[in-house]
Amino acid sequence: MPTYEKILLKNMDTPGYTGDLAAYERAGGYQAIRKVLKEHKPEQVIEIVKKSGLRGRGGAGFPTGTKWSFIPKDPSRPKYLCVNADESEPGTFKDRQLIDRDPHQMLEGALIAAYAIGAKVAYIYVRGEFALGAQILERAIAEARARGYIGKHVFGSGVDIDVWVHRGAGAYICGEETALLESIEGKRGLPRAKPPFPAINGLYQQPTVVNNVETLANLPHIIARGPEWYAAIGTLKSPGMRIFSVSGHVKRPGNYEVPLGIPLRELIDEHAGGVRDGHRIKAIIPGGASAAFFTPEHLDVKLDFESIAQAGSMLGSGGVTVMDETVCMVWAAYNLMGFFHHESCGKCTPCREGSSWLHHILHRIEHGEGRDEDLAQMERLCGNIAGKTVCAFGDAEVAPVLSTLKHFRHEYEAHIRERQCPMGEHVGATHASPLPG
Amino acid sequence: MLSESSKSRIRDLFPRYPEKRSAMLAALRIAQEEHGYVTEEAMADIAVLLEQTPVQVYETATFYTMFSLQPVGKHLIQVCRTLSCALVGADSLIKYLEQKLGIAVGETTPDRLFTLKTVECLAACGAGPMMQINDDYYERLTRETIDRILDDLKRDGRSSLATGPFLIPLQMA
Repeated sequence: MPTYEKILLKNMDTPGYTGDLAAYERAGGYQAIRKVLKEHKPEQVIEIVKKSGLRGRGGAGFPTGTKWSFIPKDPSRPKYLCVNADESEPGTFKDRQLIDRDPHQMLEGALIAAYAIGAKVAYIYVRGEFALGAQILERAIAEARARGYIGKHVFGSGVDIDVWVHRGAGAYICGEETALLESIEGKRGLPRAKPPFPAINGLYQQPTVVNNVETLANLPHIIARGPEWYAAIGTLKSPGMRIFSVSGHVKRPGNYEVPLGIPLRELIDEHAGGVRDGHRIKAIIPGGASAAFFTPEHLDVKLDFESIAQAGSMLGSGGVTVMDETVCMVWAAYNLMGFFHHESCGKCTPCREGSSWLHHILHRIEHGEGRDEDLAQMERLCGNIAGKTVCAFGDAEVAPVLSTLKHFRHEYEAHIRERQCPMGEHVGATHASPLPG
Repeated sequence: MLSESSKSRIRDLFPRYPEKRSAMLAALRIAQEEHGYVTEEAMADIAVLLEQTPVQVYETATFYTMFSLQPVGKHLIQVCRTLSCALVGADSLIKYLEQKLGIAVGETTPDRLFTLKTVECLAACGAGPMMQINDDYYERLTRETIDRILDDLKRDGRSSLATGPFLIPLQMA
């Protein structure tokens, strides 16, 4: 099995590592922020991160340094950093591990980012269900505050940076950055129309950067080892390491940190132990539930932003779900549409109504009541949702439907023709996703 | 009515934010902790504290799935039903829980100890099937571990099978 030097998961994979402040400092932690405060102006930090090529790890893959550079320099406006720790994309569980096992790594990254954009306050938006993660973060912040690493004059510098945990309360959409801002403001998490972008009018209508947990965790390493070192890992356009969360029908589900650009096959077969014994892969979701399904034909696709997009899906959140031949593809799409139907925030009609229609149609096809016109109807619906909503949720919810219709159309047709699921009592068949109401 | 101690916990959050309204989710959580669910009276109190209209509190409370506007059992069991957990048998565990508790999804046991719900992905996909009971995660569930967890909760109010800080795959010592 190819092995790679771990970067983000290194500390936590060291036996006995506790993740408290002392342990983090023994492992070299909080040196990068000291160096930044002593040696670099904020603009220089932005240049270093630009040079590293780091791209956002939340899903969209936007270059982090560029995102920061959109923040206006106007000193009269307060700036905010929001940490997106609202990990909710089905198939993804990396940020939870980064928070639980090495919270100071992410906090140091947040301090670096806050300094770079001139933010005096950072809010960590943790998904509400992560009660343990929130507690771990609160404890880590208290430790750092007691040492003078957070608060007034951090590390004895003239810079003030406060950090607060803000817990969500159960809403997938709050991982969308403008919905996240609404939620911090104490409102329903409805995405905002863009522009204006958060960099101009974000939290409390002030310049704001929203960065994912894994993105921030990269920063201390980029500062410590240099942008050239970082840019040399991975591919030219997708540099660095990436944590892939692998779940489903593999022998060793888990979080694996590998350079961007390794083949999907290597991740599944070598790192995650391959598909369970006696079975073969039927479908793979490469980047969270919002990414189009792949088939075994795609196993040689490389795991970087460009290669996956070229192959018709997306790298997204790095959540890789593997399904073997026991899985009915109509059911899989139906299960995920249950998710999207439940999580649609309701702001935009195409998404709110469309997710309900798609869920109902998939329900009836899976349960042997599909109609001949249903497939064309679903394709029409998808065309009226994607690109016609305020946020990317609309594009996301059509991906499982359109990609299963493309790669597994014969399964849909068989369901309608035979007036039942041809696979009978397959995995998940009983409690798939009850229709609301 | 919110107790004075709940009110003061909410007020303590104000300095963190430039606007009081930002304490909304925390305030609703505190109210839920006090009464077991979010009551109309508590929402009215929160509105006063945060200088909002009652409907601004209500519309927020109803948006987020973690707030319950009706009483729930002492232990709220939430089983993940989304794809990765479903692939490894969440559905049969949901059925098992229904049989064991004698209730359907969405219902509460007559002794008000357990409420059973299904929920969407809780970011435990590699460790499924899983459920959350109140604040705790329980992962890699089997019928046997479910039996033990429910027995623990009935006996002690808590279970040592709850997941600690998340790490997957576990490193071999």
